[in-house]
Amino acid sequence: MKLYTNKFYYGDYGESKHGAADISSPQTNKQEWPLWEIFIRSRQGLDHKHVGSLHAVDAAMAIENARDVYTRRMEGISIWAVESKHIHASNPDDAANLYEPSNDKVYRHPTFYNLPDAIKHM
Amino acid sequence: MNSMFWEELFQQKIDNEIKIEPKDRMPEKYRQTLIRQISQHAHSEIVGMLPEGNWITRAPSLKRKAILLAKVQDEAGHGLYLYSAAETLGISRDEMYNQLHTGKAKYSSIFNYPTLTWADMGAIGWLVDGAAIMNQVPLCRTSYGPYARAMVRICKEESFHQRQGFEILLTLSKGTEAQKAMCQDAIDRWWWPSIMMFGPTDDASPNTEQSMRWKIKRFSNDELRQKFINMIAEQVKILGMTLPDPDLKWNEERKQYDFGKINWEEFWNVLAGNGPCNKQRLHARIKAWEDGAWVRDAALAYSEKKQTHKAA
Repeated sequence: MKLYTNKFYYGDYGESKHGAADISSPQTNKQEWPLWEIFIRSRQGLDHKHVGSLHAVDAAMAIENARDVYTRRMEGISIWAVESKHIHASNPDDAANLYEPSNDKVYRHPTFYNLPDAIKHM
Repeated sequence: MNSMFWEELFQQKIDNEIKIEPKDRMPEKYRQTLIRQISQHAHSEIVGMLPEGNWITRAPSLKRKAILLAKVQDEAGHGLYLYSAAETLGISRDEMYNQLHTGKAKYSSIFNYPTLTWADMGAIGWLVDGAAIMNQVPLCRTSYGPYARAMVRICKEESFHQRQGFEILLTLSKGTEAQKAMCQDAIDRWWWPSIMMFGPTDDASPNTEQSMRWKIKRFSNDELRQKFINMIAEQVKILGMTLPDPDLKWNEERKQYDFGKINWEEFWNVLAGNGPCNKQRLHARIKAWEDGAWVRDAALAYSEKKQTHKAA
């Protein structure tokens, strides 16, 4: 696991060694616009699904931008925008504690029950 | 948990094709590699708009203008999908812009070449977007979830880009002598830079190995380049044009096309900032960023003011 100093990918040509470092840009933003998570309903009858995020100053702008960024080809008919800071997520490190206990509750699945073949429509 | 132990678990997940998601524990080097690759990919989409933007006002018909506008808008979108994927790794958007503007982060060196004629719009679509697709399709299965999902969306949209480019050249190839010459000239100028897009040869990129182990990357630069050359060498026949490589010929034994030596000196030189348009491209980006500063600040101030009013 030692081979990682300088990698080359599409559009990725390593660090400053080859850089045009003479051009500098002052950081002019007072503050970054807030981040929003975008959810899109692709058609009536389906759930809104997370598609990505974007920056906007308020909800109206977030929805307008989401329309341009995420629905250029009829991908959706309804947009939800939620400011990212309001999303609370479970911790992946807790996954074992949280979800594994359902593994031993096989009786929650219909296949757990052995019934005679003669019985129909069940 | 012992650090060796969880890194082994991490590798196990990768080996089992389990995607890594933003809040999962990951080796710092994996995170850094992804930030660099995704952000530089995003920068390439954004800077990639510039050579084409040049032709929006000069497109030969309303139809071509509408198509080019849609393509350039897609590229802005692709940049945004990718920036948002990179942000899930804990780098801010402003920091990424700053890395681009100061030259710390790179973008694909292909965009440092000038677009001299209308035929260049065709050659870019066919060759540059074609090479990008070759690179991007395997990235749809890359091990980091948000990156893979962004790439799926990008690849869906990218195929229109390549097809419209080929169609531009096809139209020119059936035109007047001058139009045919323009078509051939564009192919001649864009061929070598586009096969350089796959990056240095495998023996000059020793760290591909780690990236492939982490399944960030699925094929080596040379593998992808060869696939691309095999494909284009056939497609160019339909245009009735040629590729500017006298050594290009089918190798029956290898079942691949052999091709001539790539001028890597030119590649490194363009990368180092000495390409025909490096300065121009970067200045255009910095100018757009600085000229837009008051808009960003005003929008933020307005929303803050509205919130205060609401609260009062």
